[in-house]
Amino acid sequence: MVNDWVYIGLFILISLFLPAAAILIAGWLAPKKPNKIKNSTYECGIETVGDTWVQFRVQYYIYALVFLVFDVETVFLYPWAVAYRQLTLFAVLEAVVFLLLLAGGLIYAWKKGALQWN
Amino acid sequence: MTAVQIVFLAVAALTLAAAVMVVSLRRMMQSALALILALVGVAVIFALLGSGFFAVSQVVVYIGAIAILIIFAVMLTQNSMSPEHSQMNPGFLYAALGSALLFSSLVFILSMWVGFYAIPVNLDPSVDTITVLGLSLTDPQGFALPFEIVSVLLLAALIGGIYIARDHHRD
Amino acid sequence: MTFWTDPIGLLDAWLFAVLTGWGLPADVSRIILYILGGFVLATGAMVFTVFLIWLERKLIGRFQDRFGPNRVGPFGIFQTVADMLKIFTKEFITPDGADLIPYNLAPILSVAGVLFVWAVLPFAINMLGVNLNVGVLYVVAAGAIGELGMILAGWGSNNKFALIGAFRAIGQMISYEVPMILTLLVPVMFTGSMGLNDIVKAQNPWFVVVAPLAAFIFFISQVAENARAPFDLTEAESELVAGFNIEYSGLKFGMFYVAEFLHAFTISVLFAVIFLGGWLGPGAEKYPWLGLLYTMIKTTVVFFTILLMRAGLPRFRIDQVMDLNWKLFTPLAIGILIVTAVVDKSLALFTPTIRVLGLLAANLVMLLVTLRFLKIFAQKKRRPLVVPSASTELPDDISEVLL
Repeated sequence: MVNDWVYIGLFILISLFLPAAAILIAGWLAPKKPNKIKNSTYECGIETVGDTWVQFRVQYYIYALVFLVFDVETVFLYPWAVAYRQLTLFAVLEAVVFLLLLAGGLIYAWKKGALQWN
Repeated sequence: MTAVQIVFLAVAALTLAAAVMVVSLRRMMQSALALILALVGVAVIFALLGSGFFAVSQVVVYIGAIAILIIFAVMLTQNSMSPEHSQMNPGFLYAALGSALLFSSLVFILSMWVGFYAIPVNLDPSVDTITVLGLSLTDPQGFALPFEIVSVLLLAALIGGIYIARDHHRD
Repeated sequence: MTFWTDPIGLLDAWLFAVLTGWGLPADVSRIILYILGGFVLATGAMVFTVFLIWLERKLIGRFQDRFGPNRVGPFGIFQTVADMLKIFTKEFITPDGADLIPYNLAPILSVAGVLFVWAVLPFAINMLGVNLNVGVLYVVAAGAIGELGMILAGWGSNNKFALIGAFRAIGQMISYEVPMILTLLVPVMFTGSMGLNDIVKAQNPWFVVVAPLAAFIFFISQVAENARAPFDLTEAESELVAGFNIEYSGLKFGMFYVAEFLHAFTISVLFAVIFLGGWLGPGAEKYPWLGLLYTMIKTTVVFFTILLMRAGLPRFRIDQVMDLNWKLFTPLAIGILIVTAVVDKSLALFTPTIRVLGLLAANLVMLLVTLRFLKIFAQKKRRPLVVPSASTELPDDISEVLL
C-alpha cells in the first residue's frame, strides 16, 4: 500500500531528522565550558526571584476555550465545504444555521467581556 | 506480516507506552508531552486505516487545541507542578482493580461483537470519502439533525466554559 | 516528455526505471524515491532559508536607508553562509533547572512544523510532494506542531520571560487560527477539494478576485501566526527581552531563527497557491518549469509585501491584537462564509461572469458595512475632548493654533 500517506509519513520523519541532525553536529563541534554564572537564568542581570512556573491569568484559558470551540466547529464544516458544489440550497442553509449558532456564542462571549484583554 | 501491520504494531505500542507515561511521569509538562505523543499515535493509526481526514482532524483538534487548553489549565492551577507530591493516594489499589475489571469486561464484550472479526473492505478509490461525509452531514435523511445538535452542543460548551472561567470578582 | 518541458518528471521516471531494473519491487522503488525526493525538498528548503535571510536583511536595510550586509561576497550574499558556519561552533548554554526533554525538543519541532507544509506545496503542475486530499487541514495541523514547539521552549527554559513570551505567542497564534481556518473554507468551497494542487487548478479566475476579503483576512492572520512585525509583540524587546527563545544559544537559537524566516516564505507560497493562482499562467501546464517561475514571481510579490509591512508598521499592543482578531476578523470571517455560500449557491445557474460579479458585489457590500460599523465603534470609543473653561481667552483665529 504505497499512497500519499507513505510520502507524508516519510517526509515528517525527514523534517524531524534534519534539524535534529544539525543540532547534534553543532553540539559535537561546539565547545563545552559551562559554569555557574553562565548557566544561571537570564533576567537582565538580576537574581531570579521565586519559581518560574507562576500562576497565569485566566484570560489565556478563555481564549483557548473559545478557540477550541471554533476549531471543532470548522473541522465539521470542512467536509461540507468539500461537498459544497453538490449540495442543495437547503443544505447550504443548514450550515448557515450552524454558523449563526456559533456566531451567537461569539456574541455572548463578547458581551460577557470574555474577549476583553485587560 | 505486511509492512502496514508492522507499522501499526509499533505505533500502537508507542501509543500505549505514552498513555502509561501520562499517568506515571512526575513532571506535569512531561506528562502533557506524553499525552501529545499518544494523540499523535492515534492520528497515525487513523492514517493507516486510510482515513486521512480523521488523522488530520485529530492533530488539529487534539494537539492544536485540546493539548494547548490542557497546558493553559495546568498553568492556572497552583502547586500542581511540584514533583514532590506522591502520585499514589491510599485508594489506588481499588482504582487499579476497578480499571482492570472495566477493561477486561470491555474486551469480553467487544470479543463477542461480530465487527471485531470482520475483515475491513477496501474502499472504492474512485469515491471521495470526504465528499460523502459532507453530503451525509447535511442530508436530512442522514446526519443533518446531529450536525445541528453538534452546533448547539458547542454553543453550550462555550457558554458554560466562559461562565465558569469568568472572573466573578469583578462583577 | 523531454528534458526541456518536464525535467522533474523525466528524472523521476528515469530513476524509477533504474531502481526496478536492479530487481527491486515497484513499491520499494517508489518508497526509495519518496525518501530521496523528501530529502531533496526538505534540505532545499533549509538551504534556501540561508538565501532568504540574506535577502530579508538586505531589503530591510534598504528600507531603513542602510546598506545591509555588504562585506562577504558580492552584495554580501555570503554573509549568512559565514553566519551559519560561525553558529555551528557556538556553545550550547543550557540554563540551570531547564526541563531537558521539552527544552531540546522545542527547536526541532519549530523547524519541523514549518517543513511539514512543504510536503504538500505545489510549485508547478507536477513539482510537488503530494496532492494530499486533506491538504488544507494538513497545513493547519502542521501549524499546531509549530505552536507546540514554542510552548515547549517557554516551559522548558525555566525563565519567566520565556514563559510569558511563549504564552503571549500561543495566545496570539491560536486566536488568529480561528479566522484563518474560517477563511480557508472559502477556497475549499469553490474547489470542492482540500488538495492544494486541486485548488490551484480550480482558480479561474484567481480566488483573490472572487473572495478578496477572505484573502485579506487570511493574509493578515498568516502574518500574525508568524509573529512578525507588526504582530511581533511575542518577542517585544522592550517588554520581554527576547521572548520564548531567550535561553537558547548556538544552533538551537539558530533553528528558531530558521523557522521564522522559512515560515515567512512558506506563508507567501501558501498565499500565492491558495489565492493567487499558484503555478497557473500561460503555458504552465505544458512546461512545468514555467509554472515554477510563475509561483516564484507571485510568492516574491507576497513576500515583499510582508517585508514592507515589517519595515513600515509600528508594533501593535496586545489588546489591539486580540481585539482585531476577535472583534473584527472572526465575525467578519463568519459573515464572509455565510454570504459567499448563499450568494454562490443562488448564482450557480447563471454564467460564470455573473457569478464572479455577484461575488465581487457581495464582498464590496460586506466591506462597506464593516467600515460603517468600524466608524460607529470608533466614534463611541473616542475619548471626550477636554473642553476649555469659559474664562480661557481663545485666540481670534483658531487655525493659527492648529497649525
